Amino acid sequence: MKRNSVPFWIGAALFLFAIALMTQIIDNQYPFFAGYVILQFVVLAVAWSILGGYAGYVNFGTSAFFGVGVYTAVLLFKAAGAPLAVQIAAAAIVGAFLGFAVGLLTLRMQGIFFSIATIALTIVIETSVTNWRYLGGAAGIQMQRPPVMAPFHSYVQMLFFVQALLVVVAVAIARYIQGSWIGRGLQALKDDELAAECTGVPTLRLKLLACVISGALMCAAGAPAAMYLQYADPSSAFNLNYSVTVLAMSLIGGTAHWAGPVIGAILLGVTQQLLAVTISSEVNVLVLGIMLVLFVVAAPEGLIGLVRRFRRNRAEGEA
Amino acid sequence: MDLLLDAVVIGVLLGCFYAAVSIGLSVSFGLLDVPHVAHPAFLVMASYAVFFLNDRYDVDPLVAGLLITPLLFFFGLAAYRLYYETFERRGTDAAVRGIAFFFGVAFIIEVLIILQFGVDQRSVTASYIGKAWRIGDMRIPLRLVVAFAVASALTILLALYLSRTFMGRAIRAVAQDQEAVRLMGANPVRIKQWAFGVATAVLGIAGALLIIVAPVEPTLDRAYIGRTFCVVVMAGLGSMSGTLIAAIILGVAETIVLTLFGASWAPAISFAMLLGVLAIRPQGLLGRRS
Repeated sequence: MKRNSVPFWIGAALFLFAIALMTQIIDNQYPFFAGYVILQFVVLAVAWSILGGYAGYVNFGTSAFFGVGVYTAVLLFKAAGAPLAVQIAAAAIVGAFLGFAVGLLTLRMQGIFFSIATIALTIVIETSVTNWRYLGGAAGIQMQRPPVMAPFHSYVQMLFFVQALLVVVAVAIARYIQGSWIGRGLQALKDDELAAECTGVPTLRLKLLACVISGALMCAAGAPAAMYLQYADPSSAFNLNYSVTVLAMSLIGGTAHWAGPVIGAILLGVTQQLLAVTISSEVNVLVLGIMLVLFVVAAPEGLIGLVRRFRRNRAEGEA
Repeated sequence: MDLLLDAVVIGVLLGCFYAAVSIGLSVSFGLLDVPHVAHPAFLVMASYAVFFLNDRYDVDPLVAGLLITPLLFFFGLAAYRLYYETFERRGTDAAVRGIAFFFGVAFIIEVLIILQFGVDQRSVTASYIGKAWRIGDMRIPLRLVVAFAVASALTILLALYLSRTFMGRAIRAVAQDQEAVRLMGANPVRIKQWAFGVATAVLGIAGALLIIVAPVEPTLDRAYIGRTFCVVVMAGLGSMSGTLIAAIILGVAETIVLTLFGASWAPAISFAMLLGVLAIRPQGLLGRRS
């Protein structure tokens, strides 16, 4: 473990401890309902930026991965009554395979063509699930939550804690990738794929690896959503809003550092929760659109980029 | 067998309609390389404008489409100017940020439509809507025939514009080699802006056809992302004749699948074909790039 890893792991432990403490002392269920959604988006945004941020392949298939995660959980629960941990683990494995498939797409496509292909993939998977009678089809499927395990008082509290665990896992992985040869290789192929290949960077292997990790994390983040809503239907599980929301979160935070998507997801996630309560969910989408346009136009490097530029300017001022 | 023949005839009619809604994208994405995912949102917006004129002032939808065409042209000019200033001029990864930008724009349009018109389906009234032609056992809705005729005319006119007029050739020249155009003393940005304006103006009629063919709802643009991009990519970026052929292939494929497997598979057809084309033959049927 590197020296600068110690503060990170202490922070992660404190974060989990605070979450666990919350589930023990707060009685009101609403913070957990809202907090769960925000944490879920943190995982999705961090996972997205492993491929979209480091490697520069803009994946619009977040909703495909999310939906596949949801329906893997639904399938396992309905067929075998599998416990939550198994659902999540299985979703991660399925997500890794789906990620591998998306990785193969990058063989032939770059830039906008890759993005369009991932949208197409989403709709194709959604339609297949819609036509799968066993999983409820277009009408959706209801699920009965199993009894909650100690020490939690309610199922939502437990899901909240599980999602917090996933956040730590996702951030730890993203942080490791960023600092290791994998991250540097992805950065190189983002800047110039041909040049990277020529200087001996194993671009294909790296891209596949990034897709597999990103896909596994996204699917894992989606798996508990079935139990959270006690209901799943294809048009909301595969909704394009997930893809665009996650993209917006990553771009708002900035993709150069793992903290970017975390900050972006918390910022946009909290805003959306507040808006959904106070105004309406339509305004939510409007705010999403406006924030996306604003940041892409005015702050292409996101908040992280703004902070960096500010620091650089100040350093130059002092010198 | 009769059913299949029916499907093919309807498919060809539908295909020409798809060509009309895609032809603008064929210019903006195919020729100008603008990742215009908001194209279907612009289209739905035009449909709602047509609906408004038809509902409030009882204007025929096609006339309404013509009326909003100049507005859309200027809207297109402004949209390209904004895109150019913020992305193309800054250079690097313009396409990637551009697609995020246009998604944001599409979402904003969706919500504004919802806030103004609500989430219900809307349709227009005109004398040719609701009637049908009978040829033997075959029943062809008149609205599809109208859409077919207008769409074919629109597509052919735009193709002629691009190949015969001075400005049309200038647009294709920019698509081929922007630097060469600059060296000839022309301003490529002005030409591209004009082209984007034309591509958006075409949506007036296309939007009218959209609401003639079927009722529209605010989030209809999502289904048309697949259809329009499928047609444009399959056509081979920027090929006008390819657009017509690809659209007819898509139309026929959709109606055949609809007849054989049912409506629930329909949304996936265009996206599956798009995925297939991207994976197997990215340059499309009549690609301009080898």
